[in-house]
Amino acid sequence: MSAPPAAGPPGPTEPAGPTGPTGPTGPTGPTGPGSGAATMPLRIAGSRSDPTGSAEPTASTSLGGPGGGPARPAWHPAELFAPARLRQLGALLLVGVLAAIVTGPTGNSDKPLQAAKDSIVDVRIVLYLGLAVALWVLLVLGAQLRGALERVSAPVRAPIGAAYGRRGGPIVLNLALLAVAIVAPLVVSTAAQQSMVNDIGIYALLALGLNVVVGYAGLLDLGYIAFFAIGAYATAYFTSQTAMPWHAPFVLNPFFVFPIALVLAALAGVILGAPTLRLRGDYLAIVTLGFGEIIHLVANNADNITNGARGAFGVPHLSVDLLGIDYKWGIDPLPYYYLLLVIVIGVMIAFGRLERSRIGRSWAAIREDEIAAEATGVATLRMKLLAFAIGASVSGFAGVLFASKQFFNPQSFSLQASFFVVAVVIFGGMGSRLGVVVGAVVLQGLAFYLRDKVPPADRYIYFGAVIVIMMIFRPQGLVPSRRRRREIELAEEGIGAADSLGAAPTGGQR
Amino acid sequence: MSRAGAHRGVPGARRPHVDETASGDLVVEARDLALRFGGVTSLDGVSLRQRRGEILAVIGPNGAGKTSLFNCLTGAYRPQEGSVTFWPRPDGPTELVGRRPHAITRLGVARTFQNIRLFPALSALENVQIGTEVRQRYGPVGAILGLPHARRAERDGVRHALSLLDLVGLSHRTHELAASLPYGEQRRLEIARALGTGPSLLLLDEPAAGTNPAEKRDLAALITRIAGTGVSVLLIEHDMRLVMSVATSVVVLNFGRVIAHGTPGEVQRDPAVIEAYLGVTDAEATDGDADVTAGPGAAGRKDAR
Repeated sequence: MSAPPAAGPPGPTEPAGPTGPTGPTGPTGPTGPGSGAATMPLRIAGSRSDPTGSAEPTASTSLGGPGGGPARPAWHPAELFAPARLRQLGALLLVGVLAAIVTGPTGNSDKPLQAAKDSIVDVRIVLYLGLAVALWVLLVLGAQLRGALERVSAPVRAPIGAAYGRRGGPIVLNLALLAVAIVAPLVVSTAAQQSMVNDIGIYALLALGLNVVVGYAGLLDLGYIAFFAIGAYATAYFTSQTAMPWHAPFVLNPFFVFPIALVLAALAGVILGAPTLRLRGDYLAIVTLGFGEIIHLVANNADNITNGARGAFGVPHLSVDLLGIDYKWGIDPLPYYYLLLVIVIGVMIAFGRLERSRIGRSWAAIREDEIAAEATGVATLRMKLLAFAIGASVSGFAGVLFASKQFFNPQSFSLQASFFVVAVVIFGGMGSRLGVVVGAVVLQGLAFYLRDKVPPADRYIYFGAVIVIMMIFRPQGLVPSRRRRREIELAEEGIGAADSLGAAPTGGQR
Repeated sequence: MSRAGAHRGVPGARRPHVDETASGDLVVEARDLALRFGGVTSLDGVSLRQRRGEILAVIGPNGAGKTSLFNCLTGAYRPQEGSVTFWPRPDGPTELVGRRPHAITRLGVARTFQNIRLFPALSALENVQIGTEVRQRYGPVGAILGLPHARRAERDGVRHALSLLDLVGLSHRTHELAASLPYGEQRRLEIARALGTGPSLLLLDEPAAGTNPAEKRDLAALITRIAGTGVSVLLIEHDMRLVMSVATSVVVLNFGRVIAHGTPGEVQRDPAVIEAYLGVTDAEATDGDADVTAGPGAAGRKDAR
């Protein structure tokens, strides 16, 4: 991304000479070097020159982009050979070679390099390299196309942008997404439905909870899945006499376990957070990692309490028998799916309000400059604890849903699961509610797609590759939150310290 | 400009808005503050008293301990020795040493930073809002459910923040990112944010650093206006023109000790001060005094003489 300033957007002007139409590119040049960021400088310039100061910053932003550069020169082939573009091509070709090796024949220890050789000296490599080149051409043309599209669509997008700036998103887009979410499970196989509940739905909920901790408060919690486990085991404890050796003297309907698990998980979050949230970001990550492992190992080894590695069996399904409504959830994944959908949407709305309240602003303040936040009267420790507790309680809540489908074992609460939730949040877009849900859909969708295609152990190679590529080309995530995106942009200019995960800006003052 | 009543121990010459009570009219009193980092002594028995409504300037060469003093007053550092008494209201002294910074802010001591520390990716309004919401009590449930008291608090916070933006002259920047404001406006935004917390004592750490002469004039007017609303201002500043034009009294620090205090005029002709600033004796300094008392400071000297 850090191409020399001359190699960025003004590239096409080079043959025309420095005295050519460089005028409009002048101000944008220094703010956003690099061709991948072709649209970024426009946005910054737009938000800076918002003279009206009205309540629609996005409106003028999207107008400011294309409007600010009317004399933008047409595309020129020279852009293909700008160093940044060539580097991009090189990276893509490398990825192509790697992909060829990864998907090639399996080697053995006698000839360690034979497999790699077989993969490279093969017809398929042509396919991969061809794909790489095609992708590159697409990227190059895409940037041009995007510029043209922006110019054309500016008048249309302005009102949408305004709507987006006012309220969580354009209503039409939200309704369309909702419609897709409602219809999607009806057109896929039962196995896919199962996955949409167990993987996508549960992980969307988990990611929404972790998003409060990571995205809003800027704390890195690597043991997040522990609260999920607490919720699941609480369900087994309270709703069944047989699921685990250790059980409550009475049996509760799983629905009544929701508040219990919520409180238990929040309590666990506070107990873990109170002593550790004084630590700086990196240390906090390690402590939470340890906590996650402790819970996982206890669950795995305490045979006479949790049933150990065999897990809990026969946790009853959810059922309601209240106010004349009598309904039982069962083997069919669809009812669970719609229940989860309602819960996820409810949590998204609730957290949206939270984010726009004084609490959300306090979190943003802590994330951006903890010392200044403290000096402005924000009780930083308490607000961080609150984020921790809220995140944990959502995780516990998800745990109940997860457990009430009869069976679970400690494998679901492993370190990998914790990392996966973090990956979902980062991939989807830290601090963006829609983003983390989309992240869960994409990553778990990928997992489902790969289920029969590659050995299970290899799946993480693909996750890793997808995330690495994502972080290179779109570090702010799939659907970034506006606040977070601004922070990342500012961090690239060297302002503020909220670019990194968990590394809370501590400054040199203390 | 420099009032005789600014001397410590002179009980008369109160300003009209000060409540006359038995406990006197001090707003803050630091006694024998000592702050050491390992073997380095940053503050060495610093004492300081500020009267309510007064604009007190703390000056001194770099490394004299001015910012350390601020950090002790606001809880960012905890001094090894000494105490800080603060009167949020004329009756009811509170000890500040040992409290956490946010607790001190809530008691009514707000500050700005030498190197501006705004929340860069938040808008100007949001920056100030964080200050105005300090004493609001609604919790997550109120926020999520949109309960009436939470909505009312939210509205009040916005209204107050807008009025403060107006006070510092940033109404036209309400929705712009803090990081995108020019330097001088960032300084003023930081003051607005500090004022949002409803302080009775405002600590300004070099508010004029890096601002141009016109901005400095505006700043002086702003500080005077803030003091006029009953907020006591404690000011660190290198710009002598600004100090002379706004401060009612001045404390001079050097090597962590108070070497002089008094009205600006008195302090300016104090030989110890001249030596501290120029590193020369009084006699030698007679020629170079323009450096100490740049611009109107020189005029101030003549006044004093």
